[in-house]
Amino acid sequence: MTVPQGVIWQQARVESIRRDTPTVKSFLLRPATWRAFRAGQHFDVRLTAPDGYQAQRSYSVASAPERTGVLELTIELMPGGEVSPYFHDVVVPGDAIELRGPIGGPFTWSTADGGPVLLLGGGSGVVPLMSMLRHRAMSNAGDRPGATLLYSARSLSDVIYREELEAMASADPGLNVITTLTRSAPSGWPGPARRIDLALVRQSIAATGSPRHVYCCGSDGFVESVAKLSVEAGVDASLIRTERFGPTGA
Amino acid sequence: MVSRGFFGLRRPQPSRPLPPGQYWEQGFPVLTAGVTPQISLKEWRFSITRDNDELKTWTWDEMLALPQSDITVDIHCVTKWSILDSRWRGVSIDTFLEASGLDVPEQFVMAYCYGGYTTNLPMADVRQGKAYVAWEFNGEPLEPRHGGPARLLVPHLYFWKSAKWVRGLRLIDKDAPGFWEQAGYHMRGDPWNEERYWGD
Ligand SMILES: Cc1cc2nc3c(=O)[nH]c(=O)nc-3n(C[C@H](O)[C@H](O)[C@H](O)COP(=O)(O)OP(=O)(O)OC[C@H]3O[C@@H](n4cnc5c(N)ncnc54)[C@H](O)[C@@H]3O)c2cc1C
Repeated sequence: MTVPQGVIWQQARVESIRRDTPTVKSFLLRPATWRAFRAGQHFDVRLTAPDGYQAQRSYSVASAPERTGVLELTIELMPGGEVSPYFHDVVVPGDAIELRGPIGGPFTWSTADGGPVLLLGGGSGVVPLMSMLRHRAMSNAGDRPGATLLYSARSLSDVIYREELEAMASADPGLNVITTLTRSAPSGWPGPARRIDLALVRQSIAATGSPRHVYCCGSDGFVESVAKLSVEAGVDASLIRTERFGPTGA
Repeated sequence: MVSRGFFGLRRPQPSRPLPPGQYWEQGFPVLTAGVTPQISLKEWRFSITRDNDELKTWTWDEMLALPQSDITVDIHCVTKWSILDSRWRGVSIDTFLEASGLDVPEQFVMAYCYGGYTTNLPMADVRQGKAYVAWEFNGEPLEPRHGGPARLLVPHLYFWKSAKWVRGLRLIDKDAPGFWEQAGYHMRGDPWNEERYWGD
């Protein structure tokens, strides 16, 4: 075992904020001390009130590990929540945010782990998968294992990273992105418009070949369902890794 | 460091303090690294193991024949939620070890599970009524996604130590990291000392 290295609290400066969807914003943070991470890992954020009251939450890194010095966190607004509304309504560039990380081991992937890789994301569960895809896109074209992202969003306007994903997929025959819209789809929407089912999982597997790694991320219900579907589609359960964002969510 | 403009929601707080960094959750969230295994009661076994020898094994019915305990405890997950006054039924590890009649000089155990999960525990943290194999939660059979048919229950440590789908305890002389512990989580995981990660 490697010598345990503590993950200590530190401050990060908010460099910029981007609105991704009506309920999602991305925050580009520059931590005081850069610590390398693996795609899929998360950081813990800690907020402190003037009287010392604190709240902590976990957020996955959306940016590629190759983009050193900064971390992009993509945060979905949970109405009535304690921390995500603070990010959405209060935080502005220049603010300091306390965080520590990287944290998390099993839910990580790099091109060295090989492929094909099947990524199943629901709502903001796409965030750590995006880090994996951005990492993959930054490696030499010849070293990129095949990858499929099956991404479930409520409607087209809720699709996070939409243009970037489209650009990534159109530039890369080894990458397939299948977006399914579960609540409303525009007329003429060419893609699927239903919750992820066995047929969609099968279609995703067919797109890149039998996966060597499967990553499922989203709400508890989403993850439970797509992990089960993957097994039904013939994936060995030991190849499937999951990350649940909590009881609420997409 | 005070976060500019943060005052917190201060939702109704429980009547007793929570460990540092935890919040009160009224549901029962799930945290698992992989797929939920489905284990039938017929094939279910729980064993005390040394090296690779199963020294003593119980079937489901044999476990139910052991003296059972009803416990009401607070649960603290390393992902920050805590649930209070959860009610469990199970058999204490003391009972298993006594029933086994084994001489147990080892100071640590490695819990191992259906699905391959492992987690390490000092013997002192699983004796003296501190740990159970539990199959009932709030009066209902434990659901598979929460670790059913039965999970380890070690409520005084972070909940990842309460291994879901537990299949046995391996007796070990020297402490060794289990699944999450290899990934950077603390070797012991005491929520009151906020032992979440390496170095905490
Ligand atoms: C490993 C990990 C990675 C994650 N990564 C991301 C990520 O990349 N992006 C992302 O957006 N999220 C992510 N999450 C989820 C994130 O940590 C938070 O859970 C989420 O942002 C909600 O926090 P909150 O403080 O806004 O809401 P909370 O205060 O936690 O509340 C959540 C919801 O429950 C309701 N609620 C809670 N308590 C009560 C109560 N007492 N009464 C009534 N209603 C209540 C709230 O109204 C709200 O809708 C991740 C979670 C984990 C575990």
